[in-house]
Amino acid sequence: MKTTTRKKIGIFTGVFFAVLLTITVSSRSALSMSNEECLECHGDEDLTRESNDSSVYVNAEILASSIHGDEDCISCHQDADTEDEHPSKLTKVNCDECHEDVGKIYEESIHGKARSRGDALAPYCYTCHGTHGILPPSDPNSKVYVTNIPKTCGHCHKEGSPMTKTHENIDQHNVLQNFSMSMHGKGLLKSGLIVAAVCTSCHTSHNVLPHTDPASSINRHNVAKTCMKCHANIERTHQKVIRKTLWEKETHKIPSCVECHQPHIERQIMYSDSLTDDFCMKCHDDPNLVMANDEGGIKSLYVDLEEYDEFRGTLHKKEKIACVKCHSNVDIAREPICINSGPVDCSACHPEENDIFQKSIHGKLLAKLDPNAPGCTDCHGKHANMSKANPDSPINPINIPLLCGSCHQEGKKAAVRIKKGHEHNIVSTYSMSIHGKGLVKSGLLVSATCASCHTGHSILPQSDPDSTVNRNHVTATCETCHYGVARKIKQSVHNTPVGADSSRFPTCSDCHSAHGAARITEAAFRKQQAAECEKCHQEQVETYRESYHGKASMLAGGERAAQCSDCHGSHSMLPATDPDATLSGDNAVRTCRKCHPGANLSFTTYRTHATHSDKEHNPDMYYVFWSMTILLLGTFSLFGLHTLLWIPRSLKERLELRKARKQKK
Amino acid sequence: MSKTKTIYVQRFTVFARVLHLTVIISFLTLALTGMALKFADEPWAGAIASFFGSFKVLGVLHRIGAVLTFAYFFLHFILIYQNWRKTNKSLLSFLFDKTIGMVPNLQDLKEIGQTLKWFVGKGPKPRYGRWTYWEKFDYFAVFWGVAVIGLTGICLWFPVWVTQYIPGSWLNIATIIHSDEALLATGFIFTIHFFNTHIRPEKYPLDRVIFTGSITLDELKHERPREYEMLVKEGRLDDVIVDKPPRWLVIFAYVFGFTALTIGMFLVFTIIYTIATLTFG
Repeated sequence: MKTTTRKKIGIFTGVFFAVLLTITVSSRSALSMSNEECLECHGDEDLTRESNDSSVYVNAEILASSIHGDEDCISCHQDADTEDEHPSKLTKVNCDECHEDVGKIYEESIHGKARSRGDALAPYCYTCHGTHGILPPSDPNSKVYVTNIPKTCGHCHKEGSPMTKTHENIDQHNVLQNFSMSMHGKGLLKSGLIVAAVCTSCHTSHNVLPHTDPASSINRHNVAKTCMKCHANIERTHQKVIRKTLWEKETHKIPSCVECHQPHIERQIMYSDSLTDDFCMKCHDDPNLVMANDEGGIKSLYVDLEEYDEFRGTLHKKEKIACVKCHSNVDIAREPICINSGPVDCSACHPEENDIFQKSIHGKLLAKLDPNAPGCTDCHGKHANMSKANPDSPINPINIPLLCGSCHQEGKKAAVRIKKGHEHNIVSTYSMSIHGKGLVKSGLLVSATCASCHTGHSILPQSDPDSTVNRNHVTATCETCHYGVARKIKQSVHNTPVGADSSRFPTCSDCHSAHGAARITEAAFRKQQAAECEKCHQEQVETYRESYHGKASMLAGGERAAQCSDCHGSHSMLPATDPDATLSGDNAVRTCRKCHPGANLSFTTYRTHATHSDKEHNPDMYYVFWSMTILLLGTFSLFGLHTLLWIPRSLKERLELRKARKQKK
Repeated sequence: MSKTKTIYVQRFTVFARVLHLTVIISFLTLALTGMALKFADEPWAGAIASFFGSFKVLGVLHRIGAVLTFAYFFLHFILIYQNWRKTNKSLLSFLFDKTIGMVPNLQDLKEIGQTLKWFVGKGPKPRYGRWTYWEKFDYFAVFWGVAVIGLTGICLWFPVWVTQYIPGSWLNIATIIHSDEALLATGFIFTIHFFNTHIRPEKYPLDRVIFTGSITLDELKHERPREYEMLVKEGRLDDVIVDKPPRWLVIFAYVFGFTALTIGMFLVFTIIYTIATLTFG
């Protein structure tokens, strides 16, 4: 024990002295070069690098007045601390040594990442802060003083710089120019208002991230927070257009500031007093105004004010929304300012609808750039978009089948998606249905239209589990109008119990075909019934078809014969064992009496579904059938044989008769 | 022409012929409408129902056929009465008479044996009386058929009324009997009866006697020698000699007869085909 302890103490002491020695040696050598020693050479204004003649002169005054004035040269230029002449090429200064926190942030930023990628144009600390003359940001002479920031950032981010020429993925252009003419820029540059926002106010200084990065201060979800650093109570101003609760609870649903106030050009130009509709109409009032479209044709840019008239109940006109509110991507740097402004992004004001739409089949296809996919304006119209309560609106219930049918029909856009064997004429089938007749013939606006079942924005194919027409949701969808029926279904034997496999239970559309939903008294509906029930009740339907009711129902006019639901009931169907069922006990008498007035209990003992082939349950029928069959076969065998024997004899007879007649002659 | 004038003798009275016309019309109607229901899921049945517009029309026609059937069934007793009154016999001896009686008797058993021998060439042609045994079978087949199909048919026609006296479950039995007996009847008439009377080579293509009512004396002598001998013996031959059937009646006989034959044959072959495909297909 004692020896090991001693050994340990020995090792510890050894290590201690070794460390002490190293520290002493290194600190001695660090202290070995003073600033004066460095300036002996670098104080010379003519001192240049051997390799490229660039100056390596250090202005001692500037250095002394900089924020690092008290630091030694070798604190930063560590590899210059040599006994003899330092290497001709020193490594770049690593600011991380002292500014570790900032360094880490920088490394994660778009600038830092570009640098580690080896991008020669990526800025490092000194690009913005300078080298020996670094000043605190509060110093008006500092490169990062608020008034200097646009220039500092603009050094790279101005149009025509090597950076903007090579980094085409940056989708903002004329950043510096736009900024200088913006509200913020003018405040800063014209009025010298140092509280005006500059680049770093929004983008931060070190943590600059692209807007697509969720952590970015200018990401859609963070923009409001960023703007609100200055515009603290801005939501109060916007509560006129954005519901207060939305602002408080569902901030993701409100448009982000930049969707209305374009970044870098956040000026009053968005408001009609400066960029009025009259200004736009100077050009767009011309019916001959056209531009080239993607397909090589021409596209009219004429805006018909008649069409966009308040009188016609256009929603946006009612709200007095100016052209530029929607066509927000105008740029005063361009001539005309609206050129290449691209399509209107409705989600700026309608983010909630947009979120839903994005998840729909239409939205998904549109995201895939499917040329056949509809966007907002395809249904709502462009300038003439009206409230759905307006009968002229394409989304008024009365017009919806036509609207949807403009794509969902054979030969139209959506026809490419119609699968083999599926309904090819949805619209004409619909117009023949009870819903369609109600809407089209009777003009009943409460009739179900396409959108009633499929929804307006969240349209999904039936196979999608979230679709309103998925078999798990169909009943709930129908229930929105047919509440009473749904309630009956829920008490019936056909209700899907919680957790059960829903494919084993019928949904509304199984019996009432989706688009061709017919009035239940219609012949087509009644004659289809057995086939629908057969999907699950095969045996029962087979035996039904052997009964008088079933056979009659297969013939012309068969809809008048008793169908499944006439005896078993429809929505509130119960098993015959249930006392409330239509076929239990006294109820059966009542049920039969619907067609057979005067029927009594004895009448109801008729076995509707019984067959002679079921010996176990119907031995009487079985034996009678076979007796009859034996009688039939016996008779035919006997007389068949008789006939067969007769044929040759009869032939001979005939021939003899003919001979006899000839002889007579 | 050196040929002597053909002599015609009456076999069926006008009343008998009208009754048989009623049988043909009602039977074809019943068969056509009934089979369309029995084989409802066959395309031809659908076509028949569509032709008449609705299964309800088939039902009405079927019931009209039923009324006609009951009518001829009861009216034919008058015919029997008339035929009996032409003889001097008591009713029973008329019915069981060897030569003119309609009830099968020992003579028929003998003739069956003789006929079979004749068929195979082991004996001469039997000397039949007024009714051969197969004709008697035809008659009683209809007699039995009308009773059985008629009674079950009434059950199905008036189910609410009959279930006051019998259980509703018996209607299932009535349905089977009605339907299968009808199958037997149509099958028998459209094959065996058609062959025995019309299609067999001696009579081919049609025996018009049921429409014209008369046969030649030669035919009577050849086919029913015992009846001829009886008529001669009783001195009634002159009573039954009639004029040659008028031309219009002959034309009617062929047109109507062929139509009925065609419908019947069509129906029976369709039924045979359907049953064959259902059983073996």
